[in-house]
Amino acid sequence: MSTTTTDIEALAAALRAAIGAERVISDRQELRTYECDGLAQYKVVPALVALPDDAAQCAAVVRACVAAGAPFVARGSGTGLSGGALPHADGVLIVTSRMREIIEIAPEDERAVVQPGVINLAISRAAHPHGRYYAPDPSSQQICSIGGNVAENSGGAHCLKYGFTTHHVTGLEVVTPDGERVRLGGRAPDTPGYDLLGAFIGSEGTLGIATEVTVRLTRLPESVRTLLAAFETTDQAGAATSAIIAAGVVPAAVEMMDALAISAAEAAVHCGYPAGAGAVLIVELDGPAPEVDAQFAQVEAFCRDNRAFEIRIAADDAERALFWKGRKSAFAAVGRISPDYIVQDGVIPRTALPEVLRRIGDLSAERGIRVANVFHAGDGNLHPLVLFDAAVEGQAERAEEVSGAILDLCVRHGGSITGEHGVGVDKAKFLPRMFTDDDLDTMHLLRCAFDPAGLANPGKVFPTPRLCGEIPRRRTGVHPAQQAGLAEAF
Amino acid sequence: MPADRVLDRLRAAAGDPVRQAGEDDAIAGVPARYVAAPRDTAQAAAVLRAAADLDLAVTVRGGGTRQDWGNPPRRLDLILDTTALAGVVEHAAGDLITVVRAGTRLDTLAATLAGARQQLALDAPLPGGTVGGAVATNTAGPRRMLYGTPRDLLIGVTLVRADGVVAHAGGKVVKNVAGYDLAKLVAGAYGTLGLVTEAAFRLHPLPAAVAYVSRGADDAAEAARLAATVRAAQLVPTALEVAVPPAGPATVTVLLEGTPAGVAARADAARRLLGADTTVADRPPDGWGRLPWRTGDTGLKLTAALSGVPRLLAEVGAADRHDLPLTLRGSAGVGVLYAGLPGTADPERVAALVESARAATAAAGGHTVVLTAPGPVRDRVDLWGPVDGLALMRRVKQRFDPDARLAPGRFVGGI
Repeated sequence: MSTTTTDIEALAAALRAAIGAERVISDRQELRTYECDGLAQYKVVPALVALPDDAAQCAAVVRACVAAGAPFVARGSGTGLSGGALPHADGVLIVTSRMREIIEIAPEDERAVVQPGVINLAISRAAHPHGRYYAPDPSSQQICSIGGNVAENSGGAHCLKYGFTTHHVTGLEVVTPDGERVRLGGRAPDTPGYDLLGAFIGSEGTLGIATEVTVRLTRLPESVRTLLAAFETTDQAGAATSAIIAAGVVPAAVEMMDALAISAAEAAVHCGYPAGAGAVLIVELDGPAPEVDAQFAQVEAFCRDNRAFEIRIAADDAERALFWKGRKSAFAAVGRISPDYIVQDGVIPRTALPEVLRRIGDLSAERGIRVANVFHAGDGNLHPLVLFDAAVEGQAERAEEVSGAILDLCVRHGGSITGEHGVGVDKAKFLPRMFTDDDLDTMHLLRCAFDPAGLANPGKVFPTPRLCGEIPRRRTGVHPAQQAGLAEAF
Repeated sequence: MPADRVLDRLRAAAGDPVRQAGEDDAIAGVPARYVAAPRDTAQAAAVLRAAADLDLAVTVRGGGTRQDWGNPPRRLDLILDTTALAGVVEHAAGDLITVVRAGTRLDTLAATLAGARQQLALDAPLPGGTVGGAVATNTAGPRRMLYGTPRDLLIGVTLVRADGVVAHAGGKVVKNVAGYDLAKLVAGAYGTLGLVTEAAFRLHPLPAAVAYVSRGADDAAEAARLAATVRAAQLVPTALEVAVPPAGPATVTVLLEGTPAGVAARADAARRLLGADTTVADRPPDGWGRLPWRTGDTGLKLTAALSGVPRLLAEVGAADRHDLPLTLRGSAGVGVLYAGLPGTADPERVAALVESARAATAAAGGHTVVLTAPGPVRDRVDLWGPVDGLALMRRVKQRFDPDARLAPGRFVGGI
């Protein structure tokens, strides 16, 4: 696509007319602040930025883009880790940061209705006085937006028990890529028709922009109990996890860190994890007090049986927060032990953990690239942190190789190239390792139904540009059943 | 093309599991011409490719328990019977997942998984139903309050498109955001977008203990009040059901699952909460999870935001209002109710009831869908009612099935 300066100026004028000049950014210096999201290795300065206040303005921006044939990309807080909100050089970046109204907290419906720019944690804060919260808790929940969560189908540490964004969003208003406003789902369950709500969540901004989000509010648990267990090896910690799952316990969270990840966390936030641990496990149970008490004793026993050398039980919320502090800071913390690093996100069947960890260890040794491991051990979602120094010749390339090889391992074990960070621009090239051309073509049928012109977040998710083409013409002849009076034409 | 040549072509594509249809194969009075019962995805793909070449309209049939749900097909040539496409492909107990073929019966699957003390946490409201049928209609029963519906438990699908192309989406790990979630799209699509041949599901452990805590209520309004009390407490029920028969007292039942000690304590708490005359049992009450109608009756599904459930129960559940013997049963803790009316009921009155139920559910943010009904009722009502986003849904259908050959007309808006 070639876009001239005149085209951009005309589009800027159209946007200013539609939503007001103060909501349109065209100054090069200001545009530069939006050049990347949470994955800073990709940078593109958008042609324009629009900051709509509401759904009507958002739709007006999209319609202006459609009229100009210009691509658009939605951005919430810009915390995404796959480059899903990477701008398009010839397009408009639609930023939802002015759409931050909590429209309604409806405890009697167990729902909240919010604008897409509302911060994930703000929903839980608003619902807290009613004894409720919003369950999905990505690590960035203090800054990430619910609109971004919808685009990415975000998970979090507690999704083992509670599920992902797709299980907690019951309704959306979206602006489709042709600028129409459509409601999908609602406050009631099981809206008749295709589950376009389910298809939209996790589509990474390629099917339109969510402008209003209705979420489920979960009852705050009566009891929460958390333990931290230290093991000499990740195999022991993995075996303890297996024992917990095999006993039919479904913890709210089971998180594991290996020695390198622990040392990084210690250096960064002084979380005081047991010295000499080759692995720590954080296990959290929540629910009705009698259930939690019964199962917590079991979990403790499984950790001991699998040779935990130290078990700490959080006495209060403050101590629980300390356990979690090390885990939640782990990504940023590796910055203390390595100048550069890649945060990887892959999934394996949980039972393959020991073998996959060994293979990651081999890869690390072969290529001379350190890998710190942090994972949601309950559901097999790995976050290997691949450490390197870009200043050392060849290290960045080797780190990329190791990072890619880890994804291959995940696929080979029947897993996934992404559990929660999304495909975005970063992993589009890996998608064909999981899916055939026919699979991707079939997914693309959905995209074509929503966005035949390909204006919504182009270049993301799909590895190669795919065109939609015309819908094949229906057969025009009279069908035998019609002739026989058995059916009528549609 | 003469009928026998079509049969030859289908057989050439797929081998012997293709036969002429009989009278029993008619769907809601619409006769079929052929029945194909492929044994695997490759064979199913061959059948659907041949059907595309021959411009045959295809309806998928599993256990046939919900074949009458939705409108009859506008056109029907070939029934694709999934009963031979059965069996558990994989059960990874340590990973709490299974991959099963679509024609597998839910009860057969349950027996297999129970060996590892695990379950696919879906109730089967109609005995004999298959995995594919549960997915196609996205039906679940009382335990959906905790576990959700098929769309929530489905983690991957193998799909054969209308043109015979085989496609996969999702996978066999629970946590996975790679590619579009087409499993959501085909769940509840009534077979109008493609044939699901295999489905991967998240599993749950079987609970060590269960308790059904039940109490009678004078009427629908009291049942609603009791249900609201349970929702406000810290019981974390697996199910919260109400049953309102045409005459006599209503019932509220709470299902609790967990450890033996935990369930005993919670059952005590529930008993105190619900008050006098509460019973606790380890087996479900009569009719638990069954749809409140029989073949030939009218069956409705009513949904509402939770705050609207009491009024909906009061308005629709007041039997004398419509002078109809209406049975109401459903998941008050979720906002889904089912209503049954005898097939012999006056169709004009049934149509009037559907209209007033539609107004009541719309006021509560929900919908009324007529899942099944005798012919005279179907003639008088739009089974699906108004649907948001219909234009987008039509566009999805056009992309997946441009010739409208998969169960044409069965679904919303004549899709």
